[in-house]
Amino acid sequence: MINATAEAIAAQDFDSVVAEHRAQIFRFLLASTRDVDLAETLTQDCFLKAHRNWSSFRGESSVLTWLMRIAINLQKDHWRNRRLQFWRQTRTNAVDLDIASDWLPSGERTAEQRMLAREQVAHVWRAVENLSERQRTVFLLRYVDELDLKEIAHVTGMSEGTVKAHLSRALARVRKELGEKR
Amino acid sequence: MNRMDENPKLVQGNDDLELEPELREAIGNFKTSLSAWTEEAISRPRKLTSRARVNWALATKWALGCAVFIGTVSGGVYENHHQQVAAKAEAARLAEQQRELTAQRAREEADLMARVDNDIAREVPSALEPLASLMEENQGTGN
Repeated sequence: MINATAEAIAAQDFDSVVAEHRAQIFRFLLASTRDVDLAETLTQDCFLKAHRNWSSFRGESSVLTWLMRIAINLQKDHWRNRRLQFWRQTRTNAVDLDIASDWLPSGERTAEQRMLAREQVAHVWRAVENLSERQRTVFLLRYVDELDLKEIAHVTGMSEGTVKAHLSRALARVRKELGEKR
Repeated sequence: MNRMDENPKLVQGNDDLELEPELREAIGNFKTSLSAWTEEAISRPRKLTSRARVNWALATKWALGCAVFIGTVSGGVYENHHQQVAAKAEAARLAEQQRELTAQRAREEADLMARVDNDIAREVPSALEPLASLMEENQGTGN
């Protein structure tokens, strides 16, 4: 009876974890793959894996960094498997960079501001596309998910110095891409 | 105005990586765009898709490529083997022909020699005929 209650509480806890972090995990995977279906599948796999190991989560790190770590590993596994299965499509539904740049809330911006913003977004996408896997992961974790260097180091398993070096190179690439548009 | 501009953690650059205003604005717009895309994607009903679809065109190309390669290689190997067998048969035939020719020559030579011996034996100069007849007589008596 006590066990059943504990399980129910744990399940309820996990439901709230999914509700709280699903969008963020999905956004990270979407930014990494530009493939909505793939991002959804990997997000589901991530929460499935997290659910299976929920009892062993000791809370040494935040739930988000733990989930991010699972998501990154799943993504790596996915690309590794795809490389081996060369006859399968590598980017099944990856959206074109220009289409990916179309997503901008209209807000209070003028048409000109929106056009400028769209152009900037396209340049950042182009730079992100050309980053190495590690640089891209670090860049997205820092500037999209707003993790700090320590958290990124924990999530990626790199040292803080390495994270900083990757981040610096990624920023240089984005800077260069934005500079070329002028 | 985007969320990044409001976030002191990123504006201050706690990682010592300074972001100039334009770069900050561009990354902020990128994040806003990505979040809008995420919201739209999450709220839409999900289609049922197979997780890993086989790219049949690519698979067919690979299969055809492999078939052509195997065909070319095995064709070459067969042709080479066929040529080797034909060459061996031809060599055997030539050797046999050579043997027959040699044997025939040997026979002809033997015949010729026998004829020559015979001719030499028969054509005895007239001055030696008495001697020859004596030899024949001796041969007849066994002496």
